[in-house]
Amino acid sequence: MMGPLLISIYVFVLAIFVGFEIITKVPPTLHTPLMSGANAISGITIVGALYAAQTADPTVSNILGFLAVALATINVIGGFMVTDRMLAMFGTKRARGGAEAGR
Amino acid sequence: MNQLLDQTIVPLLYLVSAVLFIFGIKGLTRVRTARRGNLIAAGAMLLAIVATLLELGVIDYRWILAGVVIGGAVGAIAAVRVPMTAMPEMVALFNGAGGGASALVALSILYLELVETPTHGLVGATAAQALGPDSAVSSILSILIGGVTVSGSVIAYLKLSEQVISGRPVLLPGRHVWNALLLFGGLALGLWGVFFIDSPDGVFLAAVLVTVAALLLGIGLVIPIGGADMPVVISLLNSYSGLAASATGFVLNNNLLIISGALVGASGLILTQIMCVAMNRSLANVLFGGFGMDAGAAPAGGAGAEYGAVRAASPEEAALILESAQSVIFVPGYGLAVAQAQHIVRELADVLAARGTKVSYGIHPVAGRMPGHMNVLLAEADVPYEQLREMDEINPEMRDTDVVLVVGANDVVNPAAQNTPGSPIAGMPVLRVWEAGTTMVIKRSLSSGFAGIKNELFEYPNNLMIFGDAKKVLQELVSELNQAAA
Repeated sequence: MMGPLLISIYVFVLAIFVGFEIITKVPPTLHTPLMSGANAISGITIVGALYAAQTADPTVSNILGFLAVALATINVIGGFMVTDRMLAMFGTKRARGGAEAGR
Repeated sequence: MNQLLDQTIVPLLYLVSAVLFIFGIKGLTRVRTARRGNLIAAGAMLLAIVATLLELGVIDYRWILAGVVIGGAVGAIAAVRVPMTAMPEMVALFNGAGGGASALVALSILYLELVETPTHGLVGATAAQALGPDSAVSSILSILIGGVTVSGSVIAYLKLSEQVISGRPVLLPGRHVWNALLLFGGLALGLWGVFFIDSPDGVFLAAVLVTVAALLLGIGLVIPIGGADMPVVISLLNSYSGLAASATGFVLNNNLLIISGALVGASGLILTQIMCVAMNRSLANVLFGGFGMDAGAAPAGGAGAEYGAVRAASPEEAALILESAQSVIFVPGYGLAVAQAQHIVRELADVLAARGTKVSYGIHPVAGRMPGHMNVLLAEADVPYEQLREMDEINPEMRDTDVVLVVGANDVVNPAAQNTPGSPIAGMPVLRVWEAGTTMVIKRSLSSGFAGIKNELFEYPNNLMIFGDAKKVLQELVSELNQAAA
């Protein structure tokens, strides 16, 4: 029977491979949006930050948690919004140029 | 009921969220599905947050709300207002924010479990005993990776914006030794702290020292890297911010964090790899090489390179040549973006295309300052993306092209990469513009690019230099061509 740590390690290693498999042959057009989108996803650490900031008292752990929530939210909101802004520019191009260059 | 929620429903929601993240990232790798992919990922994030709040139940939301409002406002304002030219700086800062959040979560959990509520901490227990060895070790890793991401990103930001420090490599003596000391010292201190220190305050002090070591290490790792290598650095920091989130997932035994962090880590590594291939350099060489210093002769003195016979041309002369060209390739570089000349380039391209000239853009993979940066800049200027051609795709066409117009690019069109084995950029894949009938380089002066070396192209007999501000020169070219048409 595997301990919880080992299960987590399995999950981690498999997820890395899933990542490598799904991100194949990214056209250079999308390198920047892919990076900023992935960046926003790394803001998932906000889930941990929520645990850390859940009490009312201004304790050390809570203040650290509050800072973590703020930073992670910058990451999440800013990341997804700016990615959408960039991708919207590519979108208009398709309407204009007509050609389906989606590779 | 609560147990059902905590142990079944919330983990299942997390699973849905993880799957949606995978679909989202997959969508981001195709132009047609990219926007939807981004929205799916954003939805997955929202689902994850809702699930977490469900699990937390009735808690005090004031601090969380304050953090979300402040962070959301900052993020939203930055996302709406940032000019596309400054995208690398912003992604660098966002990477730092993500890494910083992960490190802060780990610090907060350590403090909460050890100092504030030492309930499972029997008196005299170490962190490894109180939290479990896996969570304790993971928290040290999270602090280390997150800390490196924070300070590394800030240095990358400063280098990119060239405000406080220049983009040139800063090489401190003995830097490899210092960095190794910080890395292994920080790691050793952290491990020793969680396994052997039995006072809560002592453990936390060790964690704070690990944080300091990580911050110094981030500075030490990024500061020797030159501006030209920033695309690699940003990709790598992107990967780190994901790995930090994964490490935090190990601290909390949260598989969603582990999976999402791993996905981001993998995507960052792939982009890092693509950038390294584009520069024909190994990752180790980028990180430890101190680019531009290996040549020994130290030609890095900016304008120090000397040029022999260079042919200069006025915009009028250039316009005459463009007028008779059948095919024109634009090679844009970061200088184009600095001059805010993307729109006027597109205008010139439109004028030429209206005359029946075949127009395309040759984009080097590291044009701009982050992967794919130039494509975004040109897309913003409404350049149809079917005109944007990759280097490998367009290089064979150089021979049959009448005119190549280089705007704000330098190192990526330097023949030295192929012809001069001793050059610092030897072997780097470049756009072989010199094979075209005529090359024209719009540039303020003969100063060198990021690599700090002379560009042999400028001395070629079929090359013309058009000195001046890119935007102004392009405007003159447009009006000359319009007059000729009238």
